[in-house]
Amino acid sequence: MGNNFLRLLSGLWVTVRISLISIAFSLVLGTLLGAVMTSRNRVVKVLCRVYLEIVRIMPQLVWLFIVFFGVTRLTGANFGGETSAVIVFTIWGAAEMGDLVRGTFEAIPRHQFESSLSLGLTKPQMYISIIFPQALRNLLPNVINLATRMIKTTALVSIIGVTEVLKVGKQIIDANRFEFPNAAIWVYAAIFFMYFLICFPLSMISRAIVKKQQRSEGE
Amino acid sequence: MTETELKPSAAEIPSEHIIDINGVVKRFGDNAILDGIDLSVSKGEVVVLIGPSGCGKSTLLRCLNGLEPIQGGTITLHGEPVIHGEKSLYKIRQKIGMVFQSYDLFPHLTVLKNITLSPIKVQKRDKAEAERQAMELLARVGLADKAKSYPSELSGGQKQRVAICRSLIMDPEIMLLDEITAALDPEMVHEVLNVVLDLAKSGTTMMIVTHEMAFAQAVADRIVFLDGGSIIEQDTPDEFFRHPKTERAERFLKTFTYTK
Ligand SMILES: Nc1ncnc2c1ncn2[C@@H]1O[C@H](COP(=O)(O)OP(=O)(O)O)[C@@H](O)[C@H]1O
Ligand SMILES: [Mg+2]
Repeated sequence: MGNNFLRLLSGLWVTVRISLISIAFSLVLGTLLGAVMTSRNRVVKVLCRVYLEIVRIMPQLVWLFIVFFGVTRLTGANFGGETSAVIVFTIWGAAEMGDLVRGTFEAIPRHQFESSLSLGLTKPQMYISIIFPQALRNLLPNVINLATRMIKTTALVSIIGVTEVLKVGKQIIDANRFEFPNAAIWVYAAIFFMYFLICFPLSMISRAIVKKQQRSEGE
Repeated sequence: MTETELKPSAAEIPSEHIIDINGVVKRFGDNAILDGIDLSVSKGEVVVLIGPSGCGKSTLLRCLNGLEPIQGGTITLHGEPVIHGEKSLYKIRQKIGMVFQSYDLFPHLTVLKNITLSPIKVQKRDKAEAERQAMELLARVGLADKAKSYPSELSGGQKQRVAICRSLIMDPEIMLLDEITAALDPEMVHEVLNVVLDLAKSGTTMMIVTHEMAFAQAVADRIVFLDGGSIIEQDTPDEFFRHPKTERAERFLKTFTYTK
């Protein structure tokens, strides 16, 4: 029993590891992408949009297959399951993050920029004191939601052979099918609880931020 | 509103020019919005800019502090050229206070921090001293108790009064007010206009765009009527409102149902 729990935990660690690395990459690349997406250049805009839509239209499952099997076959490069997963989730996360960053900056009213400048602030001062703090406040809950979605979606990676928490659960259930026919309920309950432990604090934080904003208490 | 006599008349105003606008042309694409504007504002003078919607009043104010590039002519503030995109603009803008129609307070900062941000960051003034002056200004516009509030907790009229303080603390040479009551509920218009009237009485140089004709008449030393990209007529408020000299001004004034 204790052993099974440890196995679940190590499966969970795979999930968390893939998520954390992908989220970290997505934050950095997505922020850069978002900055590019606010460009006034039509071609740049369209290209970014196309990228985003393609990523969104295809299920992550399909992307996993494409990267894990397709790219391996085409290029001869051999990505392991975890690496493929990180690549796919980064491609997806960066696209979503980029769109969030773009949306956040475009939602900041023009007069916030203009009144900053007309007060004599330099552009760097304007971004540091006025624009970024507002952007960050609006961005944070959305970023946390995206991270939560990414963590939950990592369950898909068992399909390309990565032994994450759900897969460990199934293995445990199968191994104990005859001895403990009800194992499934307990194992899934344990997994549910683990996801809950990770995602619930995140959504609490995000909700707290939103509430704080609504009361506009700032600092 | 008959406070006109409380202000110095145009003749008493020393003719030191704060702003000189010479032959300014502003185009959006091929469309000349401002087509050769000549206008000077003297120290202590209150110029009210009126004209039909879309005639370029906001555009002119925006050109004055370099938010828009101009395609012809010159603008100078105390002899210093205002040039869009130039480094010198940062210095010049500190001397030009601007309040917009939209509520443009910084939503993530308290009222006090909204006001003290630019003196501290831009003018590098002492924080305590800036806060003391901010409190004085807030008291002057009747909002001393709101220093710790956030903009979202204020009414539109209160926000605009804070925005005025935020500009005033920079000790500008001229205040540009662009329809600052246009987005307000009617019952709040008065409290904001009273603050502006008070500024006018204390000798603040201002260029004001407004659709409140009674207010324009009360506050202005000079009315400038803009239409079709040019100044059609300018005169003292009494002359302009009683005896407009051009047919266009007359037609424009008829569109207002103000009682006098
Ligand atoms: N950024 C812009 N691009 C193109 N046209 C503009 C822009 N800003 C203003 N205009 C046009 O310039 C004209 C004058 O606008 P504005 O100065 O706002 O008028 P007013 O303040 O007198 O109502 C309007 O016809 C408006 O459509
Ligand atoms: Mg306007």
